[in-house]
Amino acid sequence: MAVKQTEKKVIIVGGGLAGLSAAVRLAENGCKIQLVSVTKVKRSHSVCAQGGINAAMNTMGEEDSPLIHAYDTIKGGDFLANQPPVLEMCLSGPAIIRMMDRFGCPFNRTPEGTLDFRRFGGTLYNRTAFSGASTGQQLLYSLDEQVRRYEARGMVEKFENHEFMRLVIDDQGIARGIVLMDLFNLKLQVLKADAVVIATGGLGVLYKKSTNSTFCTGAANGRLYQQGMKYGNGEFIQIHPTAIPGIDKMRLISESVRGEGGRIWVYGDSSKFIARPDGTKIPCGKTGEPWYFLEDLYPAFGNLVPRDIGAREILNICEMGLGIDGQMQVYLDISHLSHEKRQKLASVLDIYEKFTGEDPSKVPMKIFPAVHYSMGGAWVDWPASDDADRWTRYRQMTNIPGCFNVGESDYQYHGANRLGANSLLSCIFGGLVTGNEANRYLENIESSFIDMPASIFENEMSKEEEFKQNLLSRNGKENVHRLHDELAEWLVKCVTVKRDNADLKLTMDKIKEIRERYKHISLDDRSRFANQTYAFANQFSAMLDLALIITKGALLRDEFRGAHFKPQFPNRDDEHWLKTTIATYDPNQDEPVISYESVDTRYLKPVLRDYSQAKKVKPTLENIPANIQLPL
Amino acid sequence: MADKYILKIWRGRPENQYWEEFELELAPYVNVTSALMEILQNPINIKGERVEPVVWEQGCLEEVCGSCSMLINGKPRQACTALIEKIIKETGSSTITLAPFSKFPLIRDLIVNRDLMFENLKKVRAWINVDGTYERGFGPKISQATQKIMYSLSNCMTCGCCVEACPQVNKNSKFMGPQIMAQVRLFNAHPIGKMVKAKRLKPLMGEGGVNDCGNAQNCVRVCPKNIPLTEAIAAIGRDVTLQAFKDVFSSPDRE
Repeated sequence: MAVKQTEKKVIIVGGGLAGLSAAVRLAENGCKIQLVSVTKVKRSHSVCAQGGINAAMNTMGEEDSPLIHAYDTIKGGDFLANQPPVLEMCLSGPAIIRMMDRFGCPFNRTPEGTLDFRRFGGTLYNRTAFSGASTGQQLLYSLDEQVRRYEARGMVEKFENHEFMRLVIDDQGIARGIVLMDLFNLKLQVLKADAVVIATGGLGVLYKKSTNSTFCTGAANGRLYQQGMKYGNGEFIQIHPTAIPGIDKMRLISESVRGEGGRIWVYGDSSKFIARPDGTKIPCGKTGEPWYFLEDLYPAFGNLVPRDIGAREILNICEMGLGIDGQMQVYLDISHLSHEKRQKLASVLDIYEKFTGEDPSKVPMKIFPAVHYSMGGAWVDWPASDDADRWTRYRQMTNIPGCFNVGESDYQYHGANRLGANSLLSCIFGGLVTGNEANRYLENIESSFIDMPASIFENEMSKEEEFKQNLLSRNGKENVHRLHDELAEWLVKCVTVKRDNADLKLTMDKIKEIRERYKHISLDDRSRFANQTYAFANQFSAMLDLALIITKGALLRDEFRGAHFKPQFPNRDDEHWLKTTIATYDPNQDEPVISYESVDTRYLKPVLRDYSQAKKVKPTLENIPANIQLPL
Repeated sequence: MADKYILKIWRGRPENQYWEEFELELAPYVNVTSALMEILQNPINIKGERVEPVVWEQGCLEEVCGSCSMLINGKPRQACTALIEKIIKETGSSTITLAPFSKFPLIRDLIVNRDLMFENLKKVRAWINVDGTYERGFGPKISQATQKIMYSLSNCMTCGCCVEACPQVNKNSKFMGPQIMAQVRLFNAHPIGKMVKAKRLKPLMGEGGVNDCGNAQNCVRVCPKNIPLTEAIAAIGRDVTLQAFKDVFSSPDRE
C-alpha cells in the first residue's frame, strides 16, 4: 500500500537547465524541493551554451519536422543512442521552445515579432532558436526566475554553495537522501527525501583545460558510481572544433559563428594531398591562398559538419603541418560577414577580443579543438511508450531506485556524438520528464524515509566525516593540483580526438599510479573555512574513477564511431560494437567492470553516416507508437 | 616589460584581513584567474613562506557567469577577463592589487556573500507570471526593437560590480543599487510582465528605492556587460513617479 505522506519531497542536486526544469515541473506537481548547488544556480555551466536550442518548427518552408530532427540526431550520434528517448525529445522540441518563450526568454525575433531560427551543424535545416550568442544563459535565467517564484512561495529551498557528497541508500538499496557539505564552513549535513535528482552536468575539468566551467568536475557522478550507480558510454567525449586556446581554459567559440557563415581555413599547399571521405585524394588547396578545407572535403555540409568530424579534420590538417605558422591552430573567419550577422554574434566576438586583444571583424580568429561535452554519463532507464512495463518502470531513473539523473550527467540522448544545440533541448526535456517521473515514483512508493532508522543516515554521515578527517590528515609529498595536471595531460594526449590502444593501456596504468600517489597528498590548506583545496582533493577521488571509466571504455571499443576514433580500427563495426558500454564499480578490483547492453534501434536501422551529400532525406521511422505522451 | 609581477592581495577573514604579496612570472594572456590558479599550485608568498592558498570564486572563466567579481586595482570587475599584461601596460606598475568587494559581507579572502542581490530579485518579482509549464502556445509577439532592449538588460549576471561601484550603496543607506533597477525595467518591458508593473515598482518607491540614486554614473562605467544601467534607472524613476499618481487616481481597467 502506498504511504501517504503529508508532503512530497524531492532533493535536486545541480541547478543548471536540467535541474531547474525538473524543479519547476516538480513544484508545479506539488512537490517540495531542496535544491543543492555548488554555486548560485544562476551561475551554473548552462550559461556557457552560446548558439541555440533545436526544435523543428518548420518556420521557413523547408518541410522540416521533428521526425527529421530525430533522424539527424540519431545519425549524428552514429546510432549509439537508444531511439525512444531521442524521438520523444525531438517531438517535444517545439512545445519546449513555446514554453521558454512564455517564460520570457528573449529569443531573437523576425520583423513580424516571431522567433528567428538559424542553422547549426549536422543538419540542413534552420531549426535553431537563439538569443543573441548567449542562448544558454538566457534560457537558464528564464528558468531561474520561475524557480525563484516558487522559492518566494516556499516551495523551493536552496542550498547554494553546498556540495553533494554521497547518497544515503537503505538496506534494500533504495535512495533515501543525501549527505552534503557546506562549502563555506565544511560542515556536513543530511537531507532526507525519497527522490533524489542528480543534474550535475559534465566532467570537462578532468581534462583541466576544456570549454567547461570550473564546477564541472563530474565528482557527483563519480561518487555515485562508487556507491553502485551504473555509468554508460563513458568513452564518448565530444571535442568541439573551435575554441580559443588559453592558459586557464579553452574558451568556446560557438558553432553559431559557422551557422551564420563563418569559414574555417588555413593557407593551402598544393604539394600536399588529403583524402576525401570517399577515399579520393585532392591537393591541399593552392599554395599561399586560403584553403577552406572543410568546404573542399565536405561540399554539402562544409563548415557545418558534425563536431567530431570538424575536430578530426582540423587536427589532421595541423598534423600535416598546415596549421597557422605550423602550429596547432587554424583560422575561423567572419570578417566577410555583414554587420547584421556579426551583430547576432556580438557576445561571442566580444569574448574573443577580450581574451586575445584582436578584433575578429578585422583579423580572422585563431582556434583549435577542445574538450567540450560528455555524451556518456549515468545510465538511466527509459521504458518506451509501447513497452508493456512502461508504467512500472521510471524514465531517467538510475539503477538505484529513487535516484534520478538528468542533463549532461546522464548518457541518454546523444549517442556517440552530440549535435550542436541539442544539449539545451535534452537538458530541458530530460528535466521535465524527470519532474513527471519522480513525482509518479513518490506517489507509488511503499515506504518512506520517515520509516527509516536513523542509523542509515548516521552511517553515511560518519563515512563522509571519516574521509574528510583522512584527507585533512594526509601528510605525504604529493600536491593534488599537480596530480590533476598530470592526469589531464595524459587524458588530453591519449583520450580525446585520436585513440590508440597502446597509449590507452599506458593511460590506464598512469591513472592507477596517480591514484596511489593521491594517498600521499598533503593539503596546503587545512582550515575549516571555505577551504577550496580540501573540496577539490575530495572531488579528485571521484574524478580518478571517471578517468578510468572513460579510458577503459575507449581501450576496449575496437571500432570508429562518432567521437571515438581509433585509426587502428577505421570503421564503424555494428556487428560487434553497436552496444552501450556500462561501467560498474567493484571495490575489489582496481578498474571498472565493463559490460555491454544492446542499443534500441526500433525506429531506424543503422545506415552509413555520410555527410558528403546534400540530399535532404525524408526519413521513414518505423514502429512509432501511437500512444506517446509528451511531457508538455 | 618586467618579466615578473606582483599580486598584492587583501586577504583573510572578517576582522582579520591583511596584505599578502605573491611574485609570479609574466606570460602572454595571463589573467587574474590563471594567476590565482598558479598560487593554488604553489602557495608561496614573496617572503618565501608557504601559506594557505588564496580562495576566490570562479566559474565559466569567460565572463558570463558573474562568479569571479573582485576589486582589481580598486576597480570592480571580473577576474577572468583581467589580462595582467594589459593592466601593467595601463598602470605602468608591475604590482596589481586584489581585494574582495567591500559592500558585501566577507566570507574569506576574495569571497563575499552576494545573497542580497538575489533577495532583491524576489522582492521585485523578477519573473514572468506564467500559468505553468504545460502547453499554452507561444508567448506574446515581441518586436525586434523591444527584444534588443530586453536582451541588453537580460545579460545581467548578478556579478555585483555596479552595486560595489555605487557611492549611494553604503552603510548609512538602504539603496538597493543599480542592478535591481535594470531587472525591473526588463520585466516591465515584457508584454506579460507589464501586467504586474505596479507591484514591481512598489519596492522601489520609498527609502532605498530608485530616488536614492545620486546619479554618479559609476555603475554604467564598471558594468562588464555594458548594460544600460543609468538609462534603466532614469526610466524606472519616471515610472515610479507616474505610478505614485496612478496609485491615487487610476483603476486597473483604465491603463
